[in-house]
Amino acid sequence: MLDYILRRVLLLVPVFLAVSVIIFLILHLIPGDPVDNLLRVGSNAEARARIEAKYGLDRPLVVQYGIWLANLVQGDLGSSIITRRPVSTMIAQVLPNSLMLGGFALLFSTIFGVIFGVIAATWRDRWPDQMLMGGVLLGSTLPSFWLGLLLILTFSVQLGWFPVSGARGWESLVLPVLTIGLGGMALVARVTRVAMVEAAGRDFVLLLHAKGLSPTHIRLRHVLRHAMIPVVTILALRIGWVLGGAVTVEYVFARPGLGLTLIKALAQHDYPVVQACLLMLAIAVMLGTLLGDILQALMDPRVRSALT
Amino acid sequence: MLLSVENLTVRIGKVEPLSGLSFTLDRGEILGLVGESGSGKSLTAMAVTGLLPLIGGRISAGSVVFDGTDLAALPEARLRPYRGKRIALVTQNPMTALDPVQRVGDQVDIMARLHLGMDAKAARARTVDLLNRLRIPESRTVCDAYPHQLSGGMKQRIVIAMALAAEPDLIVADEPTTALDVTVQAQIIHILGELVRERGLALMLITHDMGVVAQVCDRVAVLYAGRLAETREAGPLFARPRHPYTRALIDCIPREGMAPGSLTGIPGLVPSVAQYPAGCRFHPRCLHADAACQQVPEARPQADGGSVSCHHPMEADHG
Ligand SMILES: Nc1ncnc2c1ncn2[C@@H]1O[C@H](COP(=O)(O)OP(=O)(O)OP(=O)(O)O)[C@@H](O)[C@H]1O
Ligand code: SF4
Ligand SMILES: [Mg+2]
Repeated sequence: MLDYILRRVLLLVPVFLAVSVIIFLILHLIPGDPVDNLLRVGSNAEARARIEAKYGLDRPLVVQYGIWLANLVQGDLGSSIITRRPVSTMIAQVLPNSLMLGGFALLFSTIFGVIFGVIAATWRDRWPDQMLMGGVLLGSTLPSFWLGLLLILTFSVQLGWFPVSGARGWESLVLPVLTIGLGGMALVARVTRVAMVEAAGRDFVLLLHAKGLSPTHIRLRHVLRHAMIPVVTILALRIGWVLGGAVTVEYVFARPGLGLTLIKALAQHDYPVVQACLLMLAIAVMLGTLLGDILQALMDPRVRSALT
Repeated sequence: MLLSVENLTVRIGKVEPLSGLSFTLDRGEILGLVGESGSGKSLTAMAVTGLLPLIGGRISAGSVVFDGTDLAALPEARLRPYRGKRIALVTQNPMTALDPVQRVGDQVDIMARLHLGMDAKAARARTVDLLNRLRIPESRTVCDAYPHQLSGGMKQRIVIAMALAAEPDLIVADEPTTALDVTVQAQIIHILGELVRERGLALMLITHDMGVVAQVCDRVAVLYAGRLAETREAGPLFARPRHPYTRALIDCIPREGMAPGSLTGIPGLVPSVAQYPAGCRFHPRCLHADAACQQVPEARPQADGGSVSCHHPMEADHG
């Protein structure tokens, strides 16, 4: 198993390099020149050359990439073209927000999604199932900005339980986590339910009943265990999404995070910041997949056997 | 009598796949339940083990009296103490019978822990002992294996160990060897037969292999399209089959190379539940059918025990 993890991590190195090349190149291929932003209107070509030299934009692409990567590995993400602050500082400021929001949202979706999925599968086609699945359908179709505003109206404005916006204290985390987590919860509940119904129809479950085990024991110790395998995969794939896809929620709740930083930097053609944000997201996706694979191997001995 | 099934009738939704089965089985006895694919053997096993509700079925008439209690009349909660503890099931396909993500030792241990109140250590010792007796080499190591790491024959032995672990009185084995290759089949059947003699178990052995029945069964119940054709002691049944269907089954005892479940000797197929013909359900395929066969034949008790459901039972010696 340890061997597998090590090999799996090593495998990430070439993937990381490929991703870094793409991230590096994308910004040189998309239209829009950041130097224009830095130049005062009417500046001459000399000023332009000076700025390009300062940011290394006049060198060949390969050299630019080499320098960029070398700095990157040392934790130097360059400095923002717009604010002139080190990008690493900017990222360090927003990343905890994103991690916290994403982490809690995932935790919330997992716990409640699995619980609701189990309940729905247990009382399949009866009222608990119909009620929960109805709610899930609603939860997965509501756009998150709308849900966010709805939650703010109810719990902040009307009831005054939580702050309207900001990133201070755990209270400010509740509503954003709910806004993102509800959608994830709906997804997890749906997958759990389907996977449980599927697993409950397998041959070995019949034999478990024949062994005289209680239905609850069978459901929680055997059927749920099998159902968790696809659920874990989906959750792992969601890690990257939750980190980067929270833009609307960050916007609605005015919580600066990775998503918002990325959008802003894109609009301003702030290359280094865009690169850093994309890199963070790519790393999150890679680590998410890695985590998913490891968990799957831990949960399923057949996967483990296939590895060795 | 340990098990006495009377007029067992099963409904699944709108269909009635089993109608009025009666047979008995005592301790130390092996009853062979035979019939072509689709004749209702597995459903009979489910009815006896109380598992019909799992597939949306129920016993709609008749009784399944086990050790003095009618299981058909018990609610699910009172049925469970019988399952595994007193009536064990060995299912058709060992490949899919075990939980693929649990070590096989644990899957056997749970029986002694649940039904005999043993602690983990005692249960494991018992499991190892059982596996040894089922002639599984390196049984301690095997306990730590997952199902996919074992061969089919090994898995089926694990399933049998699971069935034996709580010392049941009755084992229902639904085609325990169909999925295995021939040598392993013989071994498993042999082991099962031994256990019955040694421990005074009752075994209901479901199969469509008349050859196996001839080898090990004391009595035979022949099922056709959800009805019992004939049930008698194995010796007389093989020597002088009375029901034309039994006769046909014996005439085409599967020889090597035949697809399991097919009876090349009898033209036609078992009808599906929705298309059971009126009268004797065998009449479209029967060589002896006449006008009388439009009526459902009664089960006629025989002088040598057992019964035959046919308007024109064959009297002549077979051969
Ligand atoms: N869940 C179900 N719902 C409706 N009909 C069913 C169901 N299960 C079985 N049947 C029908 O009942 C009949 C008997 O099925 P059963 O599985 O008992 O046959 P079998 O004798 O065990 O056959 P095989 O040798 O193929 O295992 C078949 O016609 C089958 O189609
Ligand atoms: S009752 Fe008639 S059709 Fe049925 S088995 Fe006997 S002879 Fe054949
Ligand atoms: Mg069957």
